[in-house]
Amino acid sequence: MSLLEIENLSLTIGDTPILKGVELSVAPGEVMGLVGESGSGKSMTALTVMQLLPHAARASGRVSFDGIDILAATEDQMCALRGDDIGMVFQEPMTALNPVKTIGEQVAEGIRWHTKASRAEAEDRARKMLDRVGLPEAKFPLSRYPHELSGGQRQRVVIAIACALKPKLLIADEPTTALDVVLQAQILDLLRGLVSENRMGLLLISHDLAVVTEMADRITILRHGEVMEAGDTARTLSEQLHPYTRQLALASMHVPARAKAHSTGQGKPLLEVEGVTRDYPGRRTSLFKPAPPIRAVDDVSLSLAPGQSVALVGRSGCGKSTLARMILALDKSTSGTIRFRGETITGRSEAELKPARRDMQVVFQDPYGSFDPRQKVEKLVAEPLHVLEKKPTSAERREMVAHALHEVGLGVSDMDKYPHEFSGGQRQRLSIARAIITRPKLVVADEPVSALDVSIRAQILDLFAELNQKLGIAYLFITHDLTVARAIADEVLVMHDGRIVERGKTGDVLDHPQSEAAKALVAAAPDLHRAIARRMQEQG
Amino acid sequence: MTAYLLKRLVIAIATLILASMVVFAVLEILPGDPARLMLGLNASADQVELLRDQMGLNAPLVLRYLHWVGGLLSLDFGRSYTYSVPVIDLVRERMAVSLPLALIALALSTVIAIPVGLYSASRRGRAGDTIAMGAAQLGVAVPNFWFALMLIYLFAVWLRLVPAGGFPGWSAGVWPALKSLLLPAVALALPQAAILARVARSALIEVLNEDYIRTARAKGLPYRAVLWRHALRNAMIPVLTILGLQFAFLIAGTIIIENVFYLPGLGRLVFQAITQRDLIVVESIVMLLVVAVIAVNLVVDVSYAFVDPRLRGRQ
Repeated sequence: MSLLEIENLSLTIGDTPILKGVELSVAPGEVMGLVGESGSGKSMTALTVMQLLPHAARASGRVSFDGIDILAATEDQMCALRGDDIGMVFQEPMTALNPVKTIGEQVAEGIRWHTKASRAEAEDRARKMLDRVGLPEAKFPLSRYPHELSGGQRQRVVIAIACALKPKLLIADEPTTALDVVLQAQILDLLRGLVSENRMGLLLISHDLAVVTEMADRITILRHGEVMEAGDTARTLSEQLHPYTRQLALASMHVPARAKAHSTGQGKPLLEVEGVTRDYPGRRTSLFKPAPPIRAVDDVSLSLAPGQSVALVGRSGCGKSTLARMILALDKSTSGTIRFRGETITGRSEAELKPARRDMQVVFQDPYGSFDPRQKVEKLVAEPLHVLEKKPTSAERREMVAHALHEVGLGVSDMDKYPHEFSGGQRQRLSIARAIITRPKLVVADEPVSALDVSIRAQILDLFAELNQKLGIAYLFITHDLTVARAIADEVLVMHDGRIVERGKTGDVLDHPQSEAAKALVAAAPDLHRAIARRMQEQG
Repeated sequence: MTAYLLKRLVIAIATLILASMVVFAVLEILPGDPARLMLGLNASADQVELLRDQMGLNAPLVLRYLHWVGGLLSLDFGRSYTYSVPVIDLVRERMAVSLPLALIALALSTVIAIPVGLYSASRRGRAGDTIAMGAAQLGVAVPNFWFALMLIYLFAVWLRLVPAGGFPGWSAGVWPALKSLLLPAVALALPQAAILARVARSALIEVLNEDYIRTARAKGLPYRAVLWRHALRNAMIPVLTILGLQFAFLIAGTIIIENVFYLPGLGRLVFQAITQRDLIVVESIVMLLVVAVIAVNLVVDVSYAFVDPRLRGRQ
């Protein structure tokens, strides 16, 4: 007997169909993985079960939970279910908690509401739950506020809220997407433990096939609001009967075809970083004593040859983005020197930096946030042209933009569109076009594909590889995702606590990590092949 | 927390010092010799000069400033030329009207604005919201003195519930005194409430789109509980900011409203003092109002820290 049964569920928001005849079930103690690309209707399926849909949404079909008809339930009935029998964990831990309430209040609130327990009893239970999710009292008293916790710790609090009353069903919507791989492994482990302890059903929503394969007993693959394929995880993914399943699996393991890496080590290096350190002022603990500084980057040295592709990998907060900002001369180093094309760029004025800026560009993670929505593509892509020595005429400018768009696989007609007319992947192409328009020698890319769906991500990685071959651009990829490093980098630098703890050829480092930090990253990184193999083995 | 409060306090004091310099300087620059004004047109130049000496008007600028500030600090504001009584006595007497008036108006505007904002935000786009915000728009647009006249016409002339103006004094009893402050307080409060309600509404709408509201709903809290427990406190930060800023306008509004209602308050006093060039009174009252506005904004800053733990820092 299933705990959650979704039959022929269709959903429209206004006139837009979102879900078409979705079928899905979760049994007690079972992990059901719901996989799909963005916009496929995964989250809307979850919100339908919770009845937390936007106002204009209309659902039809049947959703039954533990014998209750969810689509016909009143708001009062739903309030009784939510947080008690059905818990939900969301994607973004940084914003999922109320900033003005303590974590104790927020965990205890649901307990008090549903059980009518006294404040003391509820706080007692909240305390036990926080202990269970790995936030012990000594370091994390109930009186902590969310801003005092890191992203992974906040996600633990959200899980504590969702699981405080031992729900029969937990819905986790991309619970680890915003976390680095090591935290992801820890959170997945926690969820697995909670499932087996309480025979809780888990509906795990993710775009990451490897994560779902590691976790789920059964899998449902969603595309454009329709179920493409559903069944036993190991069988579905090993047989890959449905073409879309095969496409997803291939895309998530995609490695762009690259000719031999550019010859490295010969001639002058393009970028040299020598003993760079960056201190930030620490938090004052006393009015009279100066605060000890926080060292974000600690005595880092590296060099990059022209045309070389290097990945800087590490967990969130290890200092990799700070280092990237200093290389781009967007942040000043506390000590050390950075040389670009043989010229020192540390301690230079903005005017002196202009020639260097022409040769180094940047691609950011979020293709949505990095464009002004009120400007046309022509102007957006032409932005870096102001660093050119001679201002191009408007005809020249159009010509250059058209060329850059062509190189990233977009058309000339896209020039007069606005950013919102493009999909996420196309927008990332736009930011790459913007980065290469000045013909730079170095592109720094900060998590350039982590916000993208697997198939789009494969295309963008191909594009990076192609531009590397064609234009000889050197890359510095900042990422916590080892598959990106494996796909595109000649060399890997592993960063931990502000220091580079390991460096070497990509294959060597990822297959035979030496340092603790590198080992932890490799062990935690989800891998589709490994996950399928393990599943097959478990099932004999 | 202490560091935050200390910083706010230092900023408040610095603002106060700066404001006192500006007030002093402006009145220095203004034309009109107080000594001549006091002695009348027929006084000889010698007489005027003698009085200027007596009043200390011939001393160097810095000395006069320090003397003035010293006086303010020891609550010795000097003597009014026109009333020939110590300014402090005048102020004390008038404060008994203006302070309750301002406080009632402030409380009234908050008590009206927050529920209206909550109501509108939770019914965003529906008829109730449209009507409430239409009324708020009207409240912002209509000047308070016209509004005051309408209130007088309705409640004093037509319904005869409250007096149309004047103030019986607190000695006549608390209720009659309060009664005569009621209409002016409403006239002062409503335009403020209209602005505040709009701010509260938009702040709430923004907060209601936050992820943590969804988390709270997923806990099983009904919408109303989420609104009161989670949304309101987060929306208070912009509301408090506007409340602090509005206090200055409220004070300015009392000058007009006290004149409309014939209330013997500070606003009326300062208005009369300006027309009669009673500069000592003007200086003193303006400084007093500056102190009040800065104090209210200091209170707002302190209450930020209570509302938002992120400002308190690690304990």
